Amino acid sequence: MRGRGRVWWRLVVAGVHEAAAYRLALLGGLVANVTFGFLKYGILTATVAASGGVVAGYDAQVMSTYIWLSQGMLGSVNLFGRTDLSDRVKNGDVAVDFLRPLSVQAAACLHDIGRGLFALLPRGLPSVAIGALLVGIALPSSAAGYLLGAVSVLLAIAVSATTVYLVAVSGFWLVETRGLQVLYMVTSGFFAGLFVPVGLLPGWLQVAAYSTPFPAMMMYPVDVLSGRVAGWAAAGLVAAQLGWLLATVAVGAAMTVGGRRRLEVQGG
Amino acid sequence: MTGTSSTEHGPAIRTEGLTRRFTRREGLKRVTLTAVDDLTVTVDRGESVGYIGANGAGKSTTIKMLVGILVPTSGTATTLGRAPLRERVALVRQVGVVFGQRSQLWWDLPVAESFRILAAVHELSADDERSRTEELREQLELGPFWTTPVRQLSLGQRMRAEVAAALLHRPRLVILDEPTIGLDVVSKQRLREFLVAERTEHGTTLLLTTHDMGDVQRLCPRVLVVDHGRLAYDGSLEGLSRLVGAQRVLVVDLDEPAGDLVGIPHTNHLGSEAGGLRQRLAVDSDATTVAAVLAAVTDRVAVRDLAVEEPDIEDVVRRLYSAQRDPTPPPSY
Repeated sequence: MRGRGRVWWRLVVAGVHEAAAYRLALLGGLVANVTFGFLKYGILTATVAASGGVVAGYDAQVMSTYIWLSQGMLGSVNLFGRTDLSDRVKNGDVAVDFLRPLSVQAAACLHDIGRGLFALLPRGLPSVAIGALLVGIALPSSAAGYLLGAVSVLLAIAVSATTVYLVAVSGFWLVETRGLQVLYMVTSGFFAGLFVPVGLLPGWLQVAAYSTPFPAMMMYPVDVLSGRVAGWAAAGLVAAQLGWLLATVAVGAAMTVGGRRRLEVQGG
Repeated sequence: MTGTSSTEHGPAIRTEGLTRRFTRREGLKRVTLTAVDDLTVTVDRGESVGYIGANGAGKSTTIKMLVGILVPTSGTATTLGRAPLRERVALVRQVGVVFGQRSQLWWDLPVAESFRILAAVHELSADDERSRTEELREQLELGPFWTTPVRQLSLGQRMRAEVAAALLHRPRLVILDEPTIGLDVVSKQRLREFLVAERTEHGTTLLLTTHDMGDVQRLCPRVLVVDHGRLAYDGSLEGLSRLVGAQRVLVVDLDEPAGDLVGIPHTNHLGSEAGGLRQRLAVDSDATTVAAVLAAVTDRVAVRDLAVEEPDIEDVVRRLYSAQRDPTPPPSY
């Protein structure tokens, strides 16, 4: 087991180092995050003000917290649907992944988790800090709140990696997954609560959102970390994230087995 | 490692009736293409085999089935005593593969880090990792670019790093698909010398696909030729050249134009240029030597310069293909 642990750790570290390889790109990402954050802030606080100070339980302070936490997570969770793996399936380089004595699924997901964790440093924390300093946010008051929040953020990054893996391996059947990536991008943005909190969506759309793994990638950890949802309800959200993680891992494993039998290795 | 005891013996590779068809859509029609057709072949442990054939003859498809990344349509492949698909993880612990056009290194990371990850992937002990990495780094001269990100390497540097990466875990079977593609003469030579040394020292089985005659000549006592997915030849390279009548050719430049140099023992006059100033003689290497032929030529005319042309791999394969489709006896002397 020691050997297995070492290889998984190495893959996470590799993801971290790869993410760190393009520093200017990280800076660009941060600038985009913050700019978009102020845009969201302008629109959503206006919405709160227009509805008399509170909308769907969000006052100006809670809304600001939601905005900066969600902006902070944007660099770490994949709401775009595109991965290295989907390119590798399309051009056939995935053959090399199958030549390693590893689970292809675990290797790809851990690598993405490493990238996501790293992005918290140059993109996540600065986004939150800028928001906190310039417009103010609410954060947990107890250590337990932070701890549960941290677990929730970690699970969000993991669910995002295991879900986007499903898009990539659907390439074993589709080869070109760009259409699916666009569908993923459009859906995930709304359902994860990137543009507005899921609670602001009409009821039927909320039902749709909660029946996908997307809220587990952003809305849940933001709710837990901001303290908007606390106590057992917060634990329930973390449990839901865990459920989505297990479900997406199981589907991904089945798709990997099925896909391998169809694999034709594009490009000779 | 566990569970290897049952796979210590028996051939490195055995295929029986191995077949793979691909279905392609061309407009409204579905076209079936047979990439590998009823291939039955055995490669013993420690052998070094050149696997050659024209583009699209089925070489890469065979390799993919041997290592479990492609499912055969019918027939079986057994590699190092294992079923490649079912026992993929156990098998790839003992196999090293280089696909010339695909990288197994981490594009954005330094070469050194790729090796650290691969050492972890193959669960090498810390001591083993250190000594083996050092050995490969030295022999393949990876030192100068050891800390360079892979995306910044030249093709020659990357190929050396790729081969080293495939050999890090001391695989028993090494499969190289066009390993010298795009390399300059010096890099090719260095890589071949390394592979010879590696085989001598560790008894590694080597399967090599290539378009380069030099690779086969220096590395592979045995040659398999595939044509349209079928095994067209299995034997030595010399035997292959003999079979298809692709001989070494002695080209002589003369001081003065002369008549055709016919009747030199064990040669076949192929042609004359520049009014007889340059003449080409095919040499039957089994019956004579180039030196003896040259002596016989200089008895008759004054030779100013000479060159010996080795048979070209494409030419050999082409001749073999056409000989099998249109059976005519090989040329006689």
